[in-house]
Amino acid sequence: MAVITTLADAVGDLVPDGSAVALEGFTHLIPTAAGHEIIRHGKRDLTLIRMTPDVVFDQMIGMGCARRLVFSWGGNPGVGSLHRLRDAVEHGWPHPLEIEEHSHAGMAARYVAGASGLPFGVLRGYAGTDLAAHTTVAGIRCPFTGEELTAVPALRPDVTVIHAQQADRQGNVGLWGISGVQREAVLAAATAIVTVEEIVDDLDRHHPNHVVLPSWIVTAVAPVPGGAHPSYAMGYSRRDNAFYTAWDRISRDRHTFRRWMEAFVIGTTNHAAYLAAIADPSRLEDAPDG
Amino acid sequence: MADPPSGDPGYTADEMMTVTAARHLYDGQVCFVGIGLPSEAANLARLSHAPDVVLIYESGTIGTRPTVLPLSIGDGELAEHADMVVGVPEVFAYWLQGGRIDVGFLSAAQIDRYGNLNTTVIGDYDHPTTRLPGAGGAPEIASAAGEVIVMLRHSPRAFVPAVDFVTSVGFGRHGEGRGGSPGSGPTVVITDLGTLAPDPVSHRLTLTATHPGVPVERVVAETGWDLEVADDLTTTEPPNPGELATLRQLKARTRQAHGTEG
Repeated sequence: MAVITTLADAVGDLVPDGSAVALEGFTHLIPTAAGHEIIRHGKRDLTLIRMTPDVVFDQMIGMGCARRLVFSWGGNPGVGSLHRLRDAVEHGWPHPLEIEEHSHAGMAARYVAGASGLPFGVLRGYAGTDLAAHTTVAGIRCPFTGEELTAVPALRPDVTVIHAQQADRQGNVGLWGISGVQREAVLAAATAIVTVEEIVDDLDRHHPNHVVLPSWIVTAVAPVPGGAHPSYAMGYSRRDNAFYTAWDRISRDRHTFRRWMEAFVIGTTNHAAYLAAIADPSRLEDAPDG
Repeated sequence: MADPPSGDPGYTADEMMTVTAARHLYDGQVCFVGIGLPSEAANLARLSHAPDVVLIYESGTIGTRPTVLPLSIGDGELAEHADMVVGVPEVFAYWLQGGRIDVGFLSAAQIDRYGNLNTTVIGDYDHPTTRLPGAGGAPEIASAAGEVIVMLRHSPRAFVPAVDFVTSVGFGRHGEGRGGSPGSGPTVVITDLGTLAPDPVSHRLTLTATHPGVPVERVVAETGWDLEVADDLTTTEPPNPGELATLRQLKARTRQAHGTEG
């Protein structure tokens, strides 16, 4: 059974330094608040895993939480580059970052293999690309037809963190809209933390497949309203497109980035305080000096 | 054959590119759409001559009919207007790898003469001068879709003799072929200056059409390799008023919805 707890306790207790942590969300339902809590706790040497690392990964990488990044597309969606990710890869700032990259199809197959208890996933992919020479894949022959296919190693995070719309008081999780790879990422992991918009008395039982993850699969549930910002939770919030655009300016320069993080993430005690702080648009444009 | 426009033709080079790309989609086709330029062209097709084109985005939104262009691959707009929404493993395994996609619609930072695409790095992989976002869904779209339409703006930086990294296969580094990929690969490359298509024998991208008012010499100069020109080179039909109005309304709705300038 999942325990219902605070995000600070969940991250403090369940995310050790040096662990492999997947924070999944495919543009929708990104677990931003959990990423911020990882930064506040000063976690180090993490292997960070996500198909589509965006702003919150830029923040964790720029704050020195990550030793390694496993991913398939890293950018600021609709805006451009992740400047902190690029600075880490191109210049080793704040320290060198190892990368292991796949295609989306490869990453999805890796999670499915992890969730299925298999050592590898198989797909028709990577042939003729330079990816094959720079990442962990191997050719494999179909024992029935002889077709040459590609094997990718199972992905088994120590911890997977996701954000969902609802959980009930038992910790059963309800999630809808664009659901990405979250179920597979949770089922592949040893430990799962789910932040939710709200705890409800009853999930909608008219549609039994509304329960996406039963309580006994989840380690901890923490209510964090607005926990996906600047991403969104369908039915609860809209995507904050202006923030993604603003992030391009904030993150471009190391000093501006650090000041912003110290003011709005390190300098806030929790996600509610962070949301209150960034609600003032003038503060978004200019992090306070010194 | 259209006359070259004199002075202001009444449309931009980007509009010409988007309209040309949209014309390559047919009603009823199933199209796997990348974000950005491809998404704009695919939705223009849906809102003009191909109302029953099926648009699929890698966020798992199948048969989506967004009223405004999505900024990201996972905008709520795509889910709210989809026939169905599936998980990411399913969209790649059942729908793309399963062979249900007629057309993949891609862009890239670099393309070479054999239609190979790079979205990974500029420079050496281990010491890149520019780290790009990476593969995303592109390698398997390029491999598994029945055919691939590529859209990108013409420049010597983008049209290079050899891509720095083959993220997605066209016809191989030396035109040797597609390495057993099920789809037939790039059939057309549409730019802001004209249209290229692979030669059926050599697989080399060849200029087949220029947009109105664009001299062949300019396309050659903006291409980083010795560009071959088709004997039967044509001039693209300029955008008609209906195409332009539909595209501009779509972009105006998008700006209003997102509160953006772009």
